[in-house]
Amino acid sequence: MDFKLKIWRQKSAAVKGRFETYKVSGITGGTSFLEMLDVLNEELIAKGEEPVAFDHDCREGICGTCSLYINGRPHGPDDRVCTCQLFMRRFKDGDTIIIEPFRARPFPVLRDLVVDRSSFDKIIQAGGFISASTGNAPDANAIPIPKRNADKAFDAAACIGCGACVAACKNASAMLFVSAKVSHFALLPQGKVEARERVQKMVAKMDELGFGNCTNTYACEAECPKGISVENIARMNREFLSAKLVTDK
Amino acid sequence: MTTLDPRIPEGPLAQKWTNFKAKAKLVNPANKRRLDIIIVGTGLGGASAAASLAEMGYNVKAFCYQDSPRRAHSIAAQGGINAAKNYPNDGDSIYRLFYDTIKGGDYRSREANVYRLAEVSNNIIDQCVAQGVPFAREYGGYLDNRSFGGAQVSRTFYARGQTGQQLLLGAYAGLSKMVSKGKVQLFTRRDMLDLVIVDGKARGIIVRNLVTGEIERHSAHAVVLASGGYGNVYYLSTYAMGANANPAWVAHRRGAFMANPSFVQIHPTCMPVHGEFQSKLTLMSESLRNDGRIWVPRKIEDARKLQEGKIKANDILEEDRDYYLERRYPAFGNLVPRDVASRAAKERCDAGFGVNETGLAVFLDFSDAIRRLGRKAIEEKYGNLFEMYQKINDEDPYETPMMIYPAIHYAMGGLWVDYSLMTTVPGLFAIGECNFSDHGANRLGASALMQGLADGYFVLPYTISDYLADQIQVPRFSNELPEFKAAEDGVRARLDRIMAIQGKQTVETFHKRLGRIMWDYCGMSRNEAGLTKALGMVQELQQEFWSDVKVPGGPGEFNAELEKAGRVAEFMELGELIIRDALNRRESCGGHFREESQTEEGEAKRDDDNFTYVAAWEYMPGNAPRMHKEPLQFEVVQLIQRNYK
Repeated sequence: MDFKLKIWRQKSAAVKGRFETYKVSGITGGTSFLEMLDVLNEELIAKGEEPVAFDHDCREGICGTCSLYINGRPHGPDDRVCTCQLFMRRFKDGDTIIIEPFRARPFPVLRDLVVDRSSFDKIIQAGGFISASTGNAPDANAIPIPKRNADKAFDAAACIGCGACVAACKNASAMLFVSAKVSHFALLPQGKVEARERVQKMVAKMDELGFGNCTNTYACEAECPKGISVENIARMNREFLSAKLVTDK
Repeated sequence: MTTLDPRIPEGPLAQKWTNFKAKAKLVNPANKRRLDIIIVGTGLGGASAAASLAEMGYNVKAFCYQDSPRRAHSIAAQGGINAAKNYPNDGDSIYRLFYDTIKGGDYRSREANVYRLAEVSNNIIDQCVAQGVPFAREYGGYLDNRSFGGAQVSRTFYARGQTGQQLLLGAYAGLSKMVSKGKVQLFTRRDMLDLVIVDGKARGIIVRNLVTGEIERHSAHAVVLASGGYGNVYYLSTYAMGANANPAWVAHRRGAFMANPSFVQIHPTCMPVHGEFQSKLTLMSESLRNDGRIWVPRKIEDARKLQEGKIKANDILEEDRDYYLERRYPAFGNLVPRDVASRAAKERCDAGFGVNETGLAVFLDFSDAIRRLGRKAIEEKYGNLFEMYQKINDEDPYETPMMIYPAIHYAMGGLWVDYSLMTTVPGLFAIGECNFSDHGANRLGASALMQGLADGYFVLPYTISDYLADQIQVPRFSNELPEFKAAEDGVRARLDRIMAIQGKQTVETFHKRLGRIMWDYCGMSRNEAGLTKALGMVQELQQEFWSDVKVPGGPGEFNAELEKAGRVAEFMELGELIIRDALNRRESCGGHFREESQTEEGEAKRDDDNFTYVAAWEYMPGNAPRMHKEPLQFEVVQLIQRNYK
C-alpha cells in the first residue's frame, strides 16, 4: 500500500512548527503504524534529510510512551489501542494520513512529534502513592479485600499515563488520569489512610500545572487506549468533596 | 586467569543471609544524609532501590532514558511474580522455590544468592500489597495464585496479564514519594555513556541529555546499575526499542567483568515474525501455558497444507494433532521450562511441521480450556492477552488456536557481582537483569520480577550500607576532578567520531545484520563452526560500521539516530563477547545448547566436570578478553540431569 503523510515538523519548543508532506510506498497491512514511520525515516536518512522524531518504546501497548495524534484522534482511528498497536491494514491504499503531536499546554513539544509529559510525574509526586516504606508491610493476606473492589482498583490502575485523555479533551483536562490514580487507592483499604490529603494535593497540582477543567464530554474515555472509565472522575469528585468537607471543619 | 571470590558468608545455606545481616556494617542516620548514590535505570530493580535507599536517608540520583521512570520495560512483564507463601497449601516452601530455581537454571547459578532470593520472596508480596498493588484475588478476598513453567506448585502472584505494570507502578509510586520529599533527584531522558572511577572506586557517571544533547557529569559515593538486559543485541526481541547495554558495557570497559554473556533466554511463546519491516516481537505470557495446549500436525502433509494456506488449524482432526510437549515430557507437559519448550518448538519446525507460511510457528490452543472452564473464565484470566493477539494478528484466538514461536526475551548473563551485588569495580553495584547472579543458564517464568524487587527492596539496601559504612569520611566529589573531565572528553570524542563518518548505511541496517548473525549462529542452537564464523562476521561488521555508518543531525541536539548509533556500537562489541563465551562453553546447559553436547534423545547434556563455573570476562583494550572463573560450589543441592519427563 502507498500513503501520503502530512507530518508536524518542529525543530524545538522555541521555534514554530509546520506540516510537511511525505510519501511512503510498499507498506504491508501487517506493518504497524510506527514501523511505517521507521520505513519513512530510513528513506529520509538515506536522502540526507532529518528523520521524524517520535516517542516510542515497548511497542506492545503498555509503556505509554507513544503519543501520536492521527487524523484528529489520539492513537488513531482504532478504539482502545495505543499507536504502537495500530496496524496499517486499518488504512486504505492511497490514504492521506495527518500526524501531529499530542497538543496541550502542559505537554510542550520538544521536537516534531515528541512532547514533554513530565507534568504527569509531578502530579503523582504530589500524592499519587501510599506511604508504605520498605519493611513496614504486614502479611499480604492480613487484610482480605473483596474481589469486586480489587478488580475495580485494578481497572483504574491499568492507566498507562500516555496522556491521550488530555490530548482528546478540548480543555486539556487531566481529570481521567488523576481520577484513575485516586480511585485505584481509594478503593483499597491500604489507600484509605491518606485518601483525603491525596485527592486534594493531586487536584491542586493538576490545576497549578495548567490542565483545564472537566466539562463532562467524555472524550477522554472514548480515546483512552486502556478503557479507563469516567466513573473514576465521579468517584474522585466525591472523594474531593468529602475531603474538603471533613478537612475544613 | 584468576579465580573470583564471591564472598559468600559463613554458615549453613539457610543461615547465610541472616548471618550477613547480623554482621553487616551500618551507617547512622546523620551520616546517611551525607552520602549520595547514583542509580541508573528505573525499572523494578532501580525504582525499588531508589525508593528504599532514599527512605533510609541516602541522597539518590535516579537516571533513565525514558521520559518517565514509569515507562521502564519491567512494565511489559505479563504473567506474574513468584513467592514461597504456600497460600494454596500445595507443599511450597522457601527451600522448594530455591530448589526449583537452581534446577530451572540448570545448576549454573550461585546457591547462596538463589537461597536468599527465595527467602525474601515473601517480603516482596507483602510490600507490594501494602503499596496498593492490585493482585488478583479470590472471592473470599485472599490472594490468588497460578502455576508457571518449571514448578509443580502454584506460587505465582499476578495482576491479570499486567503484573509487571502493576509492580512497577508500585515501585514508581514509592520513588515518586521520595522525589516529593527531596530525597530522590530524577533525571529522565538521559543515556549513561561512561562510568567515572576515582582512586579505584566508582564515583560518578557521564550522561547525555537526550533532549538537548548536552553532556553532563554526576558524582556520588556509589553507583548502582539497574539498566536491564542486553537482548536487543539480537535486533528482534521482546525488549523495548530503547533497551540498551550502554551502562553495563561502559562499566565493563572500565573494569567490571561480564559473566556468562552467552546465557540469553529464548521465550517459547511469542508471536511469530511476520515481515521484513518488523521492529520487535511481542510476547504472549507463559501463563497461557497453564490452559493452552501446544501442538503441530502429526502428518507432514497437513503441515504443508497449513503452510500453503490451504487448510486451517480447525480442519485438523484431534487424532492428527501432535501435542509434542505432553508426548515428550508427560510429567510437566506444557509447563516445561522455557529453554526446553523453545527447543522442542524449533525441533518440530526444523522437521517441517511448522504451521504458518514461513513454517516457523506452532499452535497454542485454548479450545479444551474453553470447553472445560467456559469462555468467560478464560476471558477473565487472559482477556488482555487475547485482545492483543487479535489486534496484531487479525485472528480471534477464542475461535482458532494462537500461533507462537520462540524469541529472545531475557539475559541471564550480565555484570559479575559478588554476594553483595558489587561488581569487580569497588563501589559499583549491579541489580536486577543487569547482573548475572540468580538465574543460571535459564530463568524460570515469574522469577525476573521477583529478582528485580528482591535486589532493590531487600538486598541492596543492606549490602550497599555495608560498603558505604567505610565511606562516611569521604566528602562529596567535585565534578571538576580530572577523572570527570577525562571521561567527558572521551564521550565527546566517541560521539564526534560517529558523527564524522557520514557513510552510506543507516544504523538500523547494521543492527538488523548483527541480529541476523546472532540469531542464526548464537541462537537456540550453537556449534563450534557456526560460532567461529559468526565471530569473524561480527568483527567485520564493526569495521564496516566505523567506516560507513550514516548519522544525520548533530551531537548537540535531540538526535534519536545518534542515540541508536551509540547503542548499536556497544551491541556489536557485546555480541562478540557473547559468541566468545558460547564458544568457550562446550557443554549444553539451559538456554545454551551446543550441538556437540546432547543426549541420544536430543536433550541438552551438561558437562559438570568441566563447566561448573561462572565465566567472567575482563575487557582487554585492543586484545581478546581474558576469562576468569568463579567455581560453583553446591553444598546442599545435588547436581542431576534435569528431567521433566
